[in-house]
Amino acid sequence: MSELTRLDAADLAARIQAREVSAVEVTQAHLDRIAAVDATVHAFLHVDTERALDAAKAVDDDVAAGRPAVSPLAGVPLALKDVLAMQGAPTTCGSKVLEHWQPPYDATVTRRLREAGVVILGKTNMDEFAMGSSTENSAFGVTRNPWDLDRIPGGSGGGSAAALAAFEAPLAIGTDTGGSIRQPGAVTGTVGVKPTYGTVSRFGLVAFSSSLDQAGPCARTVLDAALLHEVIAGHDPLDSTSIDAPVPPVVAAAREGATGDLTGVRVGVVTEFAGDGYQPGVSAAFEAAVAQLRELGAEIVEVSCPSFDLALPAYYLIAPSEASSNLARFDAMRYGLRVGDDGERSAEEVMSLTRAAGFGAEVKRRIMLGTYALSAGYYDAYYGSAQKVRTLIMRDFEAAFGRVDVLVSPTTPTTAFRIGERVDDPMAMYRADLCTIPSNLAGNAALSVPCGLSGDDGLPVGLQIMSPALQDHRGYRVAAAYEVARDAAQGGSLITRVPELEVV
Amino acid sequence: MTTTVALMDYADVIARFDPVLGLEVHVELSTNTKMFCGCPTVFGGEPNTQVCPTCLGLPGSLPVVNEIAVESAIRIGLALNCEIAEWCRFARKNYFYPDMPKNFQTSQYDEPIAFDGWLDVTLDDGEVVRVQVERAHMEEDTGKSLHVGGATGRIHGADYSLLDYNRAGVPLIEIVTKPITGTGERAPEVARAYVATLRDLLKALDVSDVRMDQGSLRCDANVSLMEKDAPEFGTRTETKNVNSLRSVERAVRYEMTRQAALLADGGSILQETRHFEEASGTTRGGRRKETSEDYRYFPEPDLVPIAPSRDWVERLRTTLPEMPAARRKRIQEEWSLTDLELRDLVNAGAVDLVAATVDAGASAAEARSWWVSYLSQQANNRSVELGELPITAGQVARVIALVADGSLTNKLAREVVDGVLAGEGEPDEVVDRRGLKVVSDDSALYAAVDEALAAQPDVAEKIRDGKVAAAGAIVGAVMKATKGQADAKRVRELILERCGG
Repeated sequence: MSELTRLDAADLAARIQAREVSAVEVTQAHLDRIAAVDATVHAFLHVDTERALDAAKAVDDDVAAGRPAVSPLAGVPLALKDVLAMQGAPTTCGSKVLEHWQPPYDATVTRRLREAGVVILGKTNMDEFAMGSSTENSAFGVTRNPWDLDRIPGGSGGGSAAALAAFEAPLAIGTDTGGSIRQPGAVTGTVGVKPTYGTVSRFGLVAFSSSLDQAGPCARTVLDAALLHEVIAGHDPLDSTSIDAPVPPVVAAAREGATGDLTGVRVGVVTEFAGDGYQPGVSAAFEAAVAQLRELGAEIVEVSCPSFDLALPAYYLIAPSEASSNLARFDAMRYGLRVGDDGERSAEEVMSLTRAAGFGAEVKRRIMLGTYALSAGYYDAYYGSAQKVRTLIMRDFEAAFGRVDVLVSPTTPTTAFRIGERVDDPMAMYRADLCTIPSNLAGNAALSVPCGLSGDDGLPVGLQIMSPALQDHRGYRVAAAYEVARDAAQGGSLITRVPELEVV
Repeated sequence: MTTTVALMDYADVIARFDPVLGLEVHVELSTNTKMFCGCPTVFGGEPNTQVCPTCLGLPGSLPVVNEIAVESAIRIGLALNCEIAEWCRFARKNYFYPDMPKNFQTSQYDEPIAFDGWLDVTLDDGEVVRVQVERAHMEEDTGKSLHVGGATGRIHGADYSLLDYNRAGVPLIEIVTKPITGTGERAPEVARAYVATLRDLLKALDVSDVRMDQGSLRCDANVSLMEKDAPEFGTRTETKNVNSLRSVERAVRYEMTRQAALLADGGSILQETRHFEEASGTTRGGRRKETSEDYRYFPEPDLVPIAPSRDWVERLRTTLPEMPAARRKRIQEEWSLTDLELRDLVNAGAVDLVAATVDAGASAAEARSWWVSYLSQQANNRSVELGELPITAGQVARVIALVADGSLTNKLAREVVDGVLAGEGEPDEVVDRRGLKVVSDDSALYAAVDEALAAQPDVAEKIRDGKVAAAGAIVGAVMKATKGQADAKRVRELILERCGG
């Protein structure tokens, strides 16, 4: 493996600007790595080789001409989750219904990446329409966890997380509706950030649940995530739910945190997220992380958020309800898969046959759940009640953030489970997002930073740090401080302990 | 499909039943861009040329609210004496249909922007009926389907369908009345007058083209009957495809007679959507609505709530124009019109045109005469609305001025107007090209008179003998020779002069 693929994004960008290495060389090294290991990992659904090299070349031209870098990440390769529109490349959302569909426009996130000189290597695998916690719901095959190829890389953004852990890309974009950035980050030993809802444009993000979906950065270090965060965030008039406010100073916070001092920072441990259902090795790693935060000067208090227990059921009413409506457009009339159009069948029959053939079981399950929850006579009991729970959860957060600066919990109750282990048990699968869902419902910021390996199975564990809305920088500061202390205590970066992949 | 439908005599319907109306009017706003994207809204473009990812509902696209549309909605609400919501949201109305790109319509449900208003409607005899307005809400239009083949022109049974999404996403305001009761035999008339009044109001607000023939104003007429003294409303039908004011009246009347016959026969009314057939003036059954369709409404999560500040609302209130009813009253006084004259003017749809013609310098009486009689006839002949005639108020005013200064006779003036209507240009150009100027040059007329007298010596003789009445034949001949451009009165004078009179 080329050493270039082991470097973090900040380092790569600096070397490119210093002309120690060209962006084309960096991109080629990652394309080579993808060619070598992706048959095994299957993080990518599409590799955009030519345009990636073109984009890298443009950065090199800037460097050669002495033009200032267009961003601190110019020339750094990135893996884009296949739920974000990218003109001229397939955007499938992991679904047969959109196989081969190419959007005629770029998502705002995609556009911002291009404008920042970030090199988009290709599109990554995901659970179909971002519904799942294992990437097993992709219509195009499962992605494997580089830490253990028999295990899932998390989901829905398993492709993006696995690409980082397999050194196929130093940066990736995920989307997080109920934990789809953070949970894959936790189980692959990478950093995953869900920014405050409304701070990263959803324009061009194929909607699963509009009121919850949020794109965010994935990286191997906290600083890289922060650098990427500042590239993609910011007000977008094309997204009405986009907040017109300055991007929180996350890079500065990451740098401040890296000095290793958390004196005066109040950290709340969510008492609801412990006990039964939590893998002992996960609990132990989490407790060790909390101890480390205390050593860094943070004040640790226990905080109860009783409504968080209701988050999972509320989520499984709101998200499917919105999804049932968002996914209605996939009807074979204008684009995408079309089944049964034999000149005899009616439009209605073609719609029905297409949707039957084009959607996977989990997507159908959620469409049915959501359709039911929104039906006349059930709306108040289901969708209406779930919205009330959402308000209760926001109040719990509000009360908690009155006492502490950030809240912490394990990101997910267990380490990566085995492929196939939970496919027939939706409830077990859904519980993977138990701790991440509250921040989606409340719309605040949350991230997952690796906190060591579980003592019982040697797999990565994630520490979740939750911050108030628009206070994303608080989480970055704590995460960066913790990252430094963790690596110091463990004698090096956690990600370097990922097993070598067999190169084909 | 041709089954005989029993109808009850209208007088019998009224004797036995009370009609209840509910009118839903959809108004396409004349904003430059669509409700949720920047595509143009121009009518009549090549199919699928005014579309973008958002109005095509492409994956990942998002809506952004058109502020001008919200402003129009508020102004319409204010003009209808509605309350304006302090806070309201859009909602998704979910149902599958190929002309709806997202398979949901972004609309408003239980939080309309305007509610609880009224509109006073004046009937032909001056009776005023106050129609209560339940709500006016914002939504987006669907695309247009053309179902080719099959017997009904509907999607079922069609060979194939063509879809045009140019209209998809055009801003619509839906104005819904409360049940209109107690109008008895005048129900069809009230329905028509309500839509007409609403149309005039929207036109005055300058928020829509309000062209029923182009679909920028559409009316769905809900009609039910209840036995006299019945405690509850009867089952209603909703008639669509009512594309003219006349059709509104006919559709309501037809439904009343159809429903009455069914009910009198012990039958029951099917709650359904019916389709108005313009040619026959009848309605035919369509989509059944026995249980109201479940649209699974929920608040649109892609849009933020709309909270019009009271300042904004009050500012918009000051932009409301003089309302048509008040204006009519003022005009009646200013132009000294009788009630009958005013009604003719209103019925001809000529108020604005006459006012504009007066503004262009014509007298009210002349302007009114032109628009209400000659031009109304022309519009009738062409089966278009008066305002659609290809002549402007300014052009009519110019013709009136030419008559006033003696350049044109009334007969010639009509020819000039015909020329303008035929696209021959401005009135003065038509006069030149057709050579229609009154011949007032006596030398030219003398020649024509002499020629005519020479051609009919016997008649000339009679005139010389004092049989002045015989001059008519010579006048006719001169007028013929001058193609009607001579002033007949002057011709007569010259004839008598020549004959030594």
